[in-house]
Amino acid sequence: MPDRAPLRIVLAEDAALLREGLLAILERAGHEVIAAVGDADALLAFTDHTRPDVVITDIRMPPTHTDEGLRAAAELRRRHRDLAVLVLSAYVADAYLAELLDTAGGGGIGYLLKDRVGHVRDFLDSLDQVAGGETVVDPEVVRGLLDRQRPDGPLDVLSEREREVLALMAEGRTNGSIATALFVSEAAVRKHVGNIFAKLRLDPTTDRRVSAVLAYLREA
Amino acid sequence: MRPPDVWAALRSSPWRLLASSWPWRALAYLASGALVGLVVAVLLFVLVGVGLLTLVVLVGLLVLAGIPLLAALVADVERVRLRLVLPEAGSGKAAPSERIAWSDRFRALRRLRISGPEVGYTVLVATVLWLVDAVALNLLITLPGVLVLAPVLVRIDAPVAFGPWQLTTPSEAWIAVAPGLVLLIAGLYAATLLAAAQASLARLLLEPAQTRLTAAVADLRRSRVDLVDAFETERSRIERDLHDGAQQRLVALTMTLGLAELEVPEGAGLDLVRQAHAQAETALAELRATVRGIHPRVLVDHGLTAAVRELAGAAGLPVSVDLRVDRRLPAPVEAAAYFVVAEALTNAVRHAGARSARVQGQVTADRLEVVVRDDGAGGATVRPGGGLAGLATRLAALDGLLEVTSPPGGPTEVRMTCPIALP
Repeated sequence: MPDRAPLRIVLAEDAALLREGLLAILERAGHEVIAAVGDADALLAFTDHTRPDVVITDIRMPPTHTDEGLRAAAELRRRHRDLAVLVLSAYVADAYLAELLDTAGGGGIGYLLKDRVGHVRDFLDSLDQVAGGETVVDPEVVRGLLDRQRPDGPLDVLSEREREVLALMAEGRTNGSIATALFVSEAAVRKHVGNIFAKLRLDPTTDRRVSAVLAYLREA
Repeated sequence: MRPPDVWAALRSSPWRLLASSWPWRALAYLASGALVGLVVAVLLFVLVGVGLLTLVVLVGLLVLAGIPLLAALVADVERVRLRLVLPEAGSGKAAPSERIAWSDRFRALRRLRISGPEVGYTVLVATVLWLVDAVALNLLITLPGVLVLAPVLVRIDAPVAFGPWQLTTPSEAWIAVAPGLVLLIAGLYAATLLAAAQASLARLLLEPAQTRLTAAVADLRRSRVDLVDAFETERSRIERDLHDGAQQRLVALTMTLGLAELEVPEGAGLDLVRQAHAQAETALAELRATVRGIHPRVLVDHGLTAAVRELAGAAGLPVSVDLRVDRRLPAPVEAAAYFVVAEALTNAVRHAGARSARVQGQVTADRLEVVVRDDGAGGATVRPGGGLAGLATRLAALDGLLEVTSPPGGPTEVRMTCPIALP
């Protein structure tokens, strides 16, 4: 896949089997994995030391196997504001997502299910988007969030179609890709996006696309 | 940490026993026993004597009627004394309901409310026990005590004599110290044993059966909670095994298949690889659902609210969640609440054909209350062997309650309440 810009990556995954699998996929795509580590401490140390473009980390890691990876990711974001972080989870659990998004100051956050890695092309696309400063959330997680909209939430002002557009934006899709998915023109998508920004009264000086997604996700 | 009672102390090592306060408590028990027994013996003698002598003028009947009162008094004193060696005794929660108030005793005199065991114990105290206590104290403590203190006694010119032996000089007195010490230690041990045996006898006679039953019920309840807890631990072990084993292998498999899709040229081979990939993903999704049904990781990591939100997200119908539980609850309580919500949502989708559902819950005072409502067809019942019945049993073990109201035509409401402190 020569069209991808090679990224310098630190990879943290405690299961050797998955670490090898990820390594194989990343290296095949031409990325440089500077370090592949098995715990959060090593992740912090290596990242501080080598300043990679992207950190890919599992949520659960030793010693307690709860959310070490997530906490390490948050800590890294505090230390390096523009570091892109892609978090992998074995569960469709947005409890972890809220924690992660709280650190999303500069964008460049990804939250993917581990199964998604098997769709190699999609996974590598997501990785590029995260490295490029976008926010990417696993479609399955987004679907879960969409399924239980609160009737009185702040996103209640959006129409059905606008919500669909927002959900696709949350997955990190471009306007073109959203247009294809919804069988509408790109101009229509642009109009919806504009409406979403206006209805949510988002500050035009920030990255409104990211803000919209965050607002959407935080509401859940 | 002090052993909980004198028997536990006796079972521990002899040195630990001697270093503890138990021998001294035992001595106090025996000494007070001898004293109380003497007083009771005199009182009993007087009561019985006067009663029998005046029986002919019928006043004696009234005097003899005082014996149960004396017995009650002795029993009350004994219950206090018991705490010297058996601190748990007499602290039974059922005591108030079983204890007979003094005013009631007087009022009930007409009906001569005699407690057989109390009277029996009183006679025992007045005749045998106080003698045993007095003799034991003398034999086990005073004699060795005199031996140990012989050097002091000789110095203050108090000749010490044991039968044919006379200790008059300091050197003779010092020889007596060593056997004295050995006897004293043995004596303390024996005295403790005696006190323990007596206290247990007293407890057997004086402790109301209900107190013992209450203790047994408390034990039973604890063991039930332990059982639920063990069950929960086992589930989370299975969850961990599946997650660290089969689930990861399947994820690795999908990665490999994903890579293979890039390598294999377009054609029948690639179709097969794609098919294999899809099958592996289905297996993975099923496994994940199973794991979540066994013991959800999010529940352990993030608590009830987060786990219920995740359930709602995966329920397959719009579910609004209004759960105000902002702290961690004991694991069995969290698990019970989680599975109630899971079961209710599953039923809502599968059997009631609901279009939406609502989960509400909060902690009020010391109870967790969770309500799941759906707009389905209703008609849900707690059938033996069904999911809801299992949950009701589980909640019962935690002292909680599961209520299902589900009239035909709906709506269905599943409500659980559970104390948040374990029994």
